[in-house]
Amino acid sequence: MPQLDLQEEGSVEAGLDALDTPVHSSEGSLARRIAARVLPPIGAIALLVAVWQALWAAAFWPEFKLPAPLAVWDQIWQLVTSGEILELFWVSVHRAVIGFALSLLIAVPLGLAIANIRVVRRGIGPLVSGLQSLPSVAWVPAAILWFGLNDRAIYWVVLLGAVPSIANGLVSGLDQVPPILPRVGKALGAGRLSGIRYILLPAALPGFLGGLKQGWAFSWRSLMAAELIATSPDLGQGLGQFLHNGMSLSDISMVFAGILLIFVVGVGIELLVFRPLENSVLRARGLNVTAR
Amino acid sequence: MTATVEADRAVVDSVSPVRFHQVGKAFGSGRLTVVALEGVDLEVAVGEFVCLLGASGCGKTTLLNLVAGLDQPTSGRIELSSSRPAVVFQEAALMPWLTAAGNVELPLRMAGVPKARRRAKAAELLELVRLAGLGDKRPHELSGGMRQRVALARALASTTDNTGSGAGKPSLLLMDEPFSALDAITRDVLQGELLRIWRATGTAILFVTHDVREAVRLGQRVVLLSSRPGRVVRQWDVDQLPEAEAVDEINTELRRVISSHAAA
Repeated sequence: MPQLDLQEEGSVEAGLDALDTPVHSSEGSLARRIAARVLPPIGAIALLVAVWQALWAAAFWPEFKLPAPLAVWDQIWQLVTSGEILELFWVSVHRAVIGFALSLLIAVPLGLAIANIRVVRRGIGPLVSGLQSLPSVAWVPAAILWFGLNDRAIYWVVLLGAVPSIANGLVSGLDQVPPILPRVGKALGAGRLSGIRYILLPAALPGFLGGLKQGWAFSWRSLMAAELIATSPDLGQGLGQFLHNGMSLSDISMVFAGILLIFVVGVGIELLVFRPLENSVLRARGLNVTAR
Repeated sequence: MTATVEADRAVVDSVSPVRFHQVGKAFGSGRLTVVALEGVDLEVAVGEFVCLLGASGCGKTTLLNLVAGLDQPTSGRIELSSSRPAVVFQEAALMPWLTAAGNVELPLRMAGVPKARRRAKAAELLELVRLAGLGDKRPHELSGGMRQRVALARALASTTDNTGSGAGKPSLLLMDEPFSALDAITRDVLQGELLRIWRATGTAILFVTHDVREAVRLGQRVVLLSSRPGRVVRQWDVDQLPEAEAVDEINTELRRVISSHAAA
């Protein structure tokens, strides 16, 4: 083989690199991208409100079954001006956050154990999956009998809602790690612990984040169910109790306001916390998120 | 047992990074046993470039896994006097959450090398594979050939710890069909690159391939393995032969080995 000049070979390679490097097309300005993402849901909501207004105006159902959109808005606005909304949010959201954090503390070791220890997987794996499909509200009566009408009963219900889905998310994240990665890790000198820390956990992160997202949804749902059923003056006034009061007072606009606020908090936390987290993790790995 | 191993090491230290003694490897047990390797004797000298050649099922990859410590032989023994062998797989298998430089630093991080030294070492190795300045790119932003070069730099980082017990020992690079997933042009360029890096680092290389031309172009010595079970059939010092002649001769022998399986 004729000895190629080193310099020349380098430039061939540089040219090849330039040709082979994947190109990423940008999709227009930031304003346009935000508009493209924000406008469709706003349009959908506007359409929904318009249909609602039309149904109400046509008096399709009596007023005590379907309130006017404006009446519901008045309810919410009253909560805002009186400052009562802060208490409602604080009581419910701080419970959900504490419940979620507790779930995380329990679910992560549980998930690691299920994923890594065969006996544990065969033993409690199906149990944890089964618990995920059991509505955690089913635990409310038992929790009230065990703990009484207090925060502990509520946390118990939230934990049983969130722990299985976070643990399962971690397990499926770990199961989906391509087997070549731990092998490469071993060849690079990873021990058992450093292999988990530097290879397995980061590789499982996308699946784990999916589990976290679902865990949050479950803990918020369970919390609302618990608050709705377990009402007591000792428990303070959360969004669930507010909803319950609306039912007791036969005030349909209050009930709608309660539903709306619960929806807004649940979706808001997903959009503000979990979605950006997930997107940044996926984007860093080159997994396409532009379609979302 | 430990004492004899230590003694062996002392003797071979100056001789060769890896030496096989009648190594065998079987998978499964009873009637379902598949013998992947049988009675393999092989030695790689300091700084030598050896290509392992064979059709599929000849246990090339198994053999490499044994040297890399990813698997244990069922009989015979492997003397390894090099520091931990570096491995490059068929896929680059870069960690997708780390940058190119982060991937090269990974083995150093797991070995507890301080940050500043890690950085410097990674930059130096990326420079060696001609990727200086691309250290902060993510794997998905690189082409296949570039990824494979990052994998090579990362493998070299895992073997060149001059601090620990590996200091001063001959290093060994194991490559498992590293270019077979690349297009022909990139493969050709990377083969040239590998030869340059081999000369620059003086590392011994054990290179697995099923491509006769590649084996002849790269290796100083080509070792032909038979299939099921894998045995060393013949070896050629291809440095001593004209390239075309060597390719013809090895091809003929390879065909003979493969067609012997049709009869069985």
